[in-house]
Amino acid sequence: MWKRREDETPSRPPVPPAPEPVREPAPALPARPSEPEIPRGVAAIGKSVKIKGQIFSREDLYLDGEIEGTVEVPENRVTIGPHGRLQASVKAREVVVLGTVNGNVEASEKIDIRKEARLVGDIKTGRIVIEDGAYFKGSIDIVREAPKPQGAQPARTAPPPAQPGAPGPQATSPAPPADPKR
Amino acid sequence: MFRDRAKSVSRHGPDSQSAPGPQPVSASAEVYARHSHGLEEFFRALGPGEGLCVLDWAGASQASISFITERGFRLYSEDFYQLLETHFGPDDWYAAQQDQARAARFLEQTLPFPPASFDGALLWDMLEYLASPLLEAVLARLYQIVKRGGYMLAIFHADERVERAPVYRYRIGGPDTLWLSLREMRRPAQLFNNRAIEKLFREAHSLKFFLTRDHLREVIVRR
Repeated sequence: MWKRREDETPSRPPVPPAPEPVREPAPALPARPSEPEIPRGVAAIGKSVKIKGQIFSREDLYLDGEIEGTVEVPENRVTIGPHGRLQASVKAREVVVLGTVNGNVEASEKIDIRKEARLVGDIKTGRIVIEDGAYFKGSIDIVREAPKPQGAQPARTAPPPAQPGAPGPQATSPAPPADPKR
Repeated sequence: MFRDRAKSVSRHGPDSQSAPGPQPVSASAEVYARHSHGLEEFFRALGPGEGLCVLDWAGASQASISFITERGFRLYSEDFYQLLETHFGPDDWYAAQQDQARAARFLEQTLPFPPASFDGALLWDMLEYLASPLLEAVLARLYQIVKRGGYMLAIFHADERVERAPVYRYRIGGPDTLWLSLREMRRPAQLFNNRAIEKLFREAHSLKFFLTRDHLREVIVRR
């Protein structure tokens, strides 16, 4: 016999009640709060990949693995994914950081540091965007486009001599001050 | 109207008027705007010099980065309070600061700059969270890394009875405007009256005090 469920209202048609959905713990989907889609056609280094050495690219690059060395993408954008851990200097047209970078970053156009990102190193860029929640330790040097020859630009003061961890832009390969939190 | 007044340290005590306090900018973000003559004076004193280098202990924020770099300055940003937390937390900070090895490591990692690296330093209220002898060591290092003739901005609580003080994140909202968001409440290592501040910066070329109506002393220190 059909046994009416207590919570079933009398007005409901006499169809077999839909079984209570079984609340089995669904396999948890990986949390991807701010993880961007990897655009098609972008060269990508996956999160289980570890590279030591120099990376040079003439196309956009997505780095979600562990990189130690240098990354150079002079004409394009490099994105450090949320799992990306770079112990490297980065040089690109545009840099987007969602993961961890320990090293100097030079972005001729723009650097975008998202929340959850951690960047320890010196930045030289045309423009910077930093979201609340991002951790940054280092110097920021905004490089303006060189004026036309007729417009004389006031000379910038000479930066201090390079030392490890120093804010001088010429400190190309300093081990930035170790961040004890990481 | 909210008006701060510059006062001579030797002739005036803390402003004891009831203060309107910081004005909320956004209720949801819990960010408050506060007028700051100290900030205004700091950047006025630094002048418009392209390429000047400023140290900011408040941690990176878009507002401060934009404000400072748009003036043509270079910025060195670090979250000093977070570094204190990392090195000396989570228990008794001030006891941990007595550990010489930890204090030395902290100094090494926090202020690893060559002499005369900066034209200005925004210290905010961080000096209040340093216990002796680390406080003196940090100041000595600051005197080394800030150029002679450079400026520092420090903030102290004027109310010497507070047991726990609000620790803020400071962001620069404009030439004379600070945006504050509360991190937490914490007992300062020590509170400074005017005489103690003068003593603390006895090696400075000059000091300029601004008393605010929310019981803070903003101090411009000329190296």
